[in-house]
Amino acid sequence: MIDPHLLHVPRLGRHPGRFRLAGTPVITVLLGSLASVVPLIAQSPVMPTFGLLLLLSWRLLRPELWRVWIGLPLGLFDDMVSGQPLGSAMFLWTVALIGIDYIEHRMVWRSYKQDWLIATIAIIFCITGGVFFARITGGGEIRLSLVAPQMLWTVLLFPFIVRQCARIDRWRVMA
Amino acid sequence: MARPPSRRPGINRKAQYSLFASYVVAVAGAAAGLLLVVVAIFDPTGFAGLRTATAELTRPVSAGLKNMVSGVNSVDEVLASYWRAGSQNVALRRQVEADRNRIIDAKAVKQENTRLKKLLRLVDEDQSDLLTARLISSSSSSARRFARLNAGRWQGVRPGMPVRAAEGLIGRVHSTTPNTAEVLLLTDTGNIVPVRRANDSVPAISTGAGDGSLEIRALSAGRNPFKPGDLLVTSGIGGIYQPNIPVAVVVRVEGEIAWGFPLANPSRVDAVVVERAFEEVVTRGDPAAEAVSQEAANASNASAP
Repeated sequence: MIDPHLLHVPRLGRHPGRFRLAGTPVITVLLGSLASVVPLIAQSPVMPTFGLLLLLSWRLLRPELWRVWIGLPLGLFDDMVSGQPLGSAMFLWTVALIGIDYIEHRMVWRSYKQDWLIATIAIIFCITGGVFFARITGGGEIRLSLVAPQMLWTVLLFPFIVRQCARIDRWRVMA
Repeated sequence: MARPPSRRPGINRKAQYSLFASYVVAVAGAAAGLLLVVVAIFDPTGFAGLRTATAELTRPVSAGLKNMVSGVNSVDEVLASYWRAGSQNVALRRQVEADRNRIIDAKAVKQENTRLKKLLRLVDEDQSDLLTARLISSSSSSARRFARLNAGRWQGVRPGMPVRAAEGLIGRVHSTTPNTAEVLLLTDTGNIVPVRRANDSVPAISTGAGDGSLEIRALSAGRNPFKPGDLLVTSGIGGIYQPNIPVAVVVRVEGEIAWGFPLANPSRVDAVVVERAFEEVVTRGDPAAEAVSQEAANASNASAP
């Protein structure tokens, strides 16, 4: 009987597949965007933006994993399922990723709290931007207070999501 | 955690170019995204075709889940109704007493109506219903209020068609894919519905507030004529909605604005009915007029703010 703790340890001479290494993060983000598939006819924007949360988690957890253009395809997919005007998440997510790239090298020491702060700013930026885009593309007068609860629990959910990402990441890199 | 190693890849030219190219692609892509949004300002359903693939692929999932969980949606309501159950019970009893008399009245009126129609030899053929389908998912993370309908272009659903439930109006079709359609809900901030008060036809305009309530503005100048409890129905102006579909009940009045709640809750209704646009029903029979009305419906759909 193998020690259960050793189940996730890479065996000698074995490597995880390329698809598992590169595909897992992308698939988790796509699944996060697909959270809007649940048969809930919401009366207000209640669902946290899981796609964005997962994107930020992976980005902050594994800075070397993606180049900044990853926000384009993932954002486009999110736009296709979220009901936002097309191009909205494409733009906002890419700008957020470029912003993270920019601050990352200006912060000397970074810990979990700073990561959360970065994610908070990115989440507020993306949701506010989403409201702005929805407003100019025929959404009428959308008040910011409408998305305030969504913003709040998306921010509060970040630590949980980043931990789940770390768990998936451990599985990802172990053969 | 110390900062990650610099992304600057030393003197390797190839790696430098690749990094630079990734930024160029990202910025260009972001600009393209912005351009798509700008296009959407002028033509909200312009690139809706891009959504076809995801809508069609996610439809079976949503529909399957919907079959499993119908009923779970109202859990919050069940819990909320325990709050103030006693006083609510008394109020509802009174309401029932009052309604009983009204139902008797209504029955008498209905009988009279049929009698009069017979006298006029008017056959009431209402051919406006197109099909019945279910709402399977919604834009729950977006500030807009869209719901996805489990029927689309191949079933005859067209943009601009009104969608209603037995209890009242749900919204109208915004865009379609072969097997699904996106319904702009009544509560969306961009959905404007011409309404009137049921008992005395005071005209008003209902706009969604995005949080499940409706903002109702009277068209007449002067004092706000609405008071809590007023029932609003569609007026038929604009040619999209049939007249007399129940829309909302006024719950609060604040200066110029009255706040209403929709009578049909899209998360609770089991199935919705897609109707033909009102103008199309009225002008049916004359092919030329039909084409014009279809165009008018499309145009009003595209230009609605």
